[in-house]
Amino acid sequence: MLEITNLHATVGGPDNPTPILKGLTLHVPAGEIHAIMGPNGAGKSTLANVLGGKPGYDVTEGSVTFNGQDLLALEPHERAAAGLFLGFQYPVEIPGVSNVQFLREALNAQRKARGEAPLSGGEFLKLAKDKAALLQMDMDMLKRQVNVGFSGGEKKRAEMVQMGILDPAFAVLDETDSGLDIDALRIVGAGINAIMRAPDKAVLLITHYQRLLDVVKPDKVSVLAGGRIVETGGPELALRLEAEGYDAVMADG
Amino acid sequence: MAEAATLTLPTRRDEAWRYADMDGVARLGVAALDQWQAIDVPAGDSVTRCLIVGSGQPELRRFRVTLGEGARAAFFVTNAGQDYTRVEVEVRLARGAHFEFGGVTIGGGDATREFVTKVVHGEPEATSNQTVRAVHWNTGTGNFLGEIKVARHAQKTDAAQDFKALLLETGASANAVPQLEIFADDVKCAHGATVGELDEAARFYMMARGLDPATAQRLLVQAFLGDAFVALDDADEHARLLDAALSALEGARL
Ligand SMILES: Nc1ncnc2c1ncn2[C@@H]1O[C@H](COP(=O)(O)OP(=O)(O)O)[C@@H](O)[C@H]1O
Ligand SMILES: [Mg+2]
Repeated sequence: MLEITNLHATVGGPDNPTPILKGLTLHVPAGEIHAIMGPNGAGKSTLANVLGGKPGYDVTEGSVTFNGQDLLALEPHERAAAGLFLGFQYPVEIPGVSNVQFLREALNAQRKARGEAPLSGGEFLKLAKDKAALLQMDMDMLKRQVNVGFSGGEKKRAEMVQMGILDPAFAVLDETDSGLDIDALRIVGAGINAIMRAPDKAVLLITHYQRLLDVVKPDKVSVLAGGRIVETGGPELALRLEAEGYDAVMADG
Repeated sequence: MAEAATLTLPTRRDEAWRYADMDGVARLGVAALDQWQAIDVPAGDSVTRCLIVGSGQPELRRFRVTLGEGARAAFFVTNAGQDYTRVEVEVRLARGAHFEFGGVTIGGGDATREFVTKVVHGEPEATSNQTVRAVHWNTGTGNFLGEIKVARHAQKTDAAQDFKALLLETGASANAVPQLEIFADDVKCAHGATVGELDEAARFYMMARGLDPATAQRLLVQAFLGDAFVALDDADEHARLLDAALSALEGARL
């Protein structure tokens, strides 16, 4: 479904490029939840931003294909319409724009790009209510401005409500578990399972913590360090990382 | 006639014309400068004016508003001219009167759009609130020159002024000139002015959710303009002014 091959990327612009991703290769087939772990500064968020098409991240080598399509040739909104969802490590506040307005416009823009009819106001609100309930989020929160005044945990939960509404084929979730207490973590984990566990969907789940993996149960776990995937294994790899730390596991090879 | 003959064009040395487009002023001509529209609001009455101003020609609208005791006047204006476009409002407030002004200047090209207000609090307990939002690109300019005068015995005056500009390109500019003359001591006069750029993080966030660049920009600009018309309760007029502003945005640089 997603094939990342020998990906090199820099930040800092053409005048002052700093290489961050240095030959990253990773294939995630449909039906798979693939956890990415790795030390701070390894390039995990950079990978997420490159996949999302964030300005300022330049791909210098390698390729990314998504369902056979050249993902890197698409604009960020075209990637979304193609079924890619980026869960932000730091969701952005948008004063003056309500979640309902934002998400309805976003969903209908995606539907339009796919040649589907727009949802009416009523249809959209019903969908939004369902997904808010799934994440145990008060519908009143969705009437408020996007992420404005939300706590860190509420922002992450709101990201998952957005994911539920937009119903992507592939989600890249960047530390969706950070800032969540134990109960919220369980709710968010269950939400990821409900929305994304399907034979025709897949997830790249960036996390530091086993706690989320206890709920979401990844099929594969990879370690990203120094801008590359240095090891890939099953769920037991995450347990080893939790017990022994990155340095020890990577030293073992 | 004798008076008209003595009229001359203002210059940049006149405080209220400091950032005006003098070429546009010349094209307006002396006659246009003499056209004041008088609005007298009797005690206790209320008047609301909603205007969309601007065309391919220079335009000038001048209003002189007199508010009786407890009277209220509200002006909401979308100034979207493609040439020099200036809206002036002079207001005199009696005791307990209120003046509300919500203005938007929006546009690209090389045109100057401006609001010039003079609010005279001559009696106690009157209030005024002015909110101006400016959105410009290319080498477009938006100005807000707001003069507030509070007489010595106009105690308990509450006069607020707020200007924010959003510049979509480096060549665009905005000028805020608050001018406060306060002779009473028990007054509140809040004023603020900021100039900024479009929030790129918010724009990428919106695009990552599927909004195309133009729609993302429109939503962000709409949110930015919101404050200018927040006091306009009439939903139809609200939509009309906002639509006029947002349709001016089409063709703006993304
Ligand atoms: N916009 C940027 N400009 C300069 N350096 C950056 C930028 N973004 C990330 N980096 C650097 O790239 C490296 C990887 O960052 P990141 O991808 O955020 O790591 P991770 O998410 O794995 O903690 C870090 O050293 C960070 O300082
Ligand atoms: Mg990160």
